[in-house]
Amino acid sequence: MNKYAERIYNGIIKENPSTVMILGMCPTLATTTTLINGVGMGLSTTVVLVLANVVISLLRKVIPDEVRIPAFIVVIASLVTVVDFLMQGYFPALSQSLGVYIPLIVVNCIILGRAEAYASKHSVGLSFFDGLGMGIGFTLALMILGGIRELFGSGTLAGVQVMPSAYTPISIFVLQPGAFFVLGCLIAIMTKIMNRKKKTKAVEAATVCPSSGCTGCASSSHCGRRIFEETAKAGLKDQVKKTETMTNGGEQA
Amino acid sequence: MKELLIIAISSAIVNNVVFSQFLGICPFLGVSKKTDQAAGMGGAVIFVLTLSAFVSEVLYQFILVPLHFQYLETIVFILIIAAMVQFVEMFLKKTMPALYRSLGVYLPLITTNCAVLGVALNNVDKYDYNILQGTVNGFATAVGFAIALILMAGIREKIEYNNIPKPFKGTAIVLIISGLMAIAFIGFSGII
Repeated sequence: MNKYAERIYNGIIKENPSTVMILGMCPTLATTTTLINGVGMGLSTTVVLVLANVVISLLRKVIPDEVRIPAFIVVIASLVTVVDFLMQGYFPALSQSLGVYIPLIVVNCIILGRAEAYASKHSVGLSFFDGLGMGIGFTLALMILGGIRELFGSGTLAGVQVMPSAYTPISIFVLQPGAFFVLGCLIAIMTKIMNRKKKTKAVEAATVCPSSGCTGCASSSHCGRRIFEETAKAGLKDQVKKTETMTNGGEQA
Repeated sequence: MKELLIIAISSAIVNNVVFSQFLGICPFLGVSKKTDQAAGMGGAVIFVLTLSAFVSEVLYQFILVPLHFQYLETIVFILIIAAMVQFVEMFLKKTMPALYRSLGVYLPLITTNCAVLGVALNNVDKYDYNILQGTVNGFATAVGFAIALILMAGIREKIEYNNIPKPFKGTAIVLIISGLMAIAFIGFSGII
């Protein structure tokens, strides 16, 4: 897979900020009362995320290491202010319903986290795609959450009546507890899928191994099992060393 | 006086930061594993949030409004909060080492607690509070956060050895419990 596409995949599935990394929970829970609100929040965060990643990646050689966090915060806060005013100007209704959560993008841990962990160490192109992938992953999670809550909580989807008229909306879905319940179940489903993937990989590796063990195996140089066994051995050695030094120290004392 | 009391009860219990305003969820999920940790974090948040609500309100009323720089509020507030957290950390280290040892590790985490910035912004934008009202709101919000955090830590200590379905272990079950607690907190909405 091409490395740019890999960043996008990483953001949407492997390190999805909302359901796998558990970052940026406040807007995820607060703004997903309807599909439109969720998507609006997701997209505005994406814009800030991509721009912040690009700017910080461009400045990564200029910013001294000691003051990098305040510098990142100033960059992010300026971008958020711009986005806030653009939203107020062009989408006043959406801006009204998202309220304080737009300026609060500043303290969204996803953005500072990506700036610190990725953009400050990688090239502009890669950082751009990293921000885009993370942003799309975040937007998708918010869209699913908002969709489910709106569908069951008010029987509509993006304002259009979907459920039959006989359906009584379960209003707890659009209230605060609904946000916690739906997100909890979403995270559980995601964990289940990720665990299953890991399991099938482990099973594949186990069945492929020849009877002669790792020494006779052609793929031993990149096999997880050999690395695991080696680290286990090294760990054991370390432990032996530790206990030796401990007993020696005890004798000296 | 009565008005201040209403602000305090409303932001500590009725509109609890965690369960009704969804602010400060990250530390709420992250530092609620042990009750003593939760109490430490709660104390640190009460300290910083009260101070930052006061300072940001003073700066807004006396500097940003006279100069018509209100549009810079987000940048100014987040910088004040970050600087103040650093300052509080240094001050505590020098003057109250005992308190610093119990709160120290939680202080840097507070910069990214969105409840702090959220309260500062809501004070000036949404509610238009004066300095005293804003400070009371900051203090009460932080108390509400500490209540939620300590309650959750108590529950998590209880359920640690329970038989929870595997995919729900960790964050998922904490969110479900938060949902149940949020239902309980909705019950308070009638008292004001």
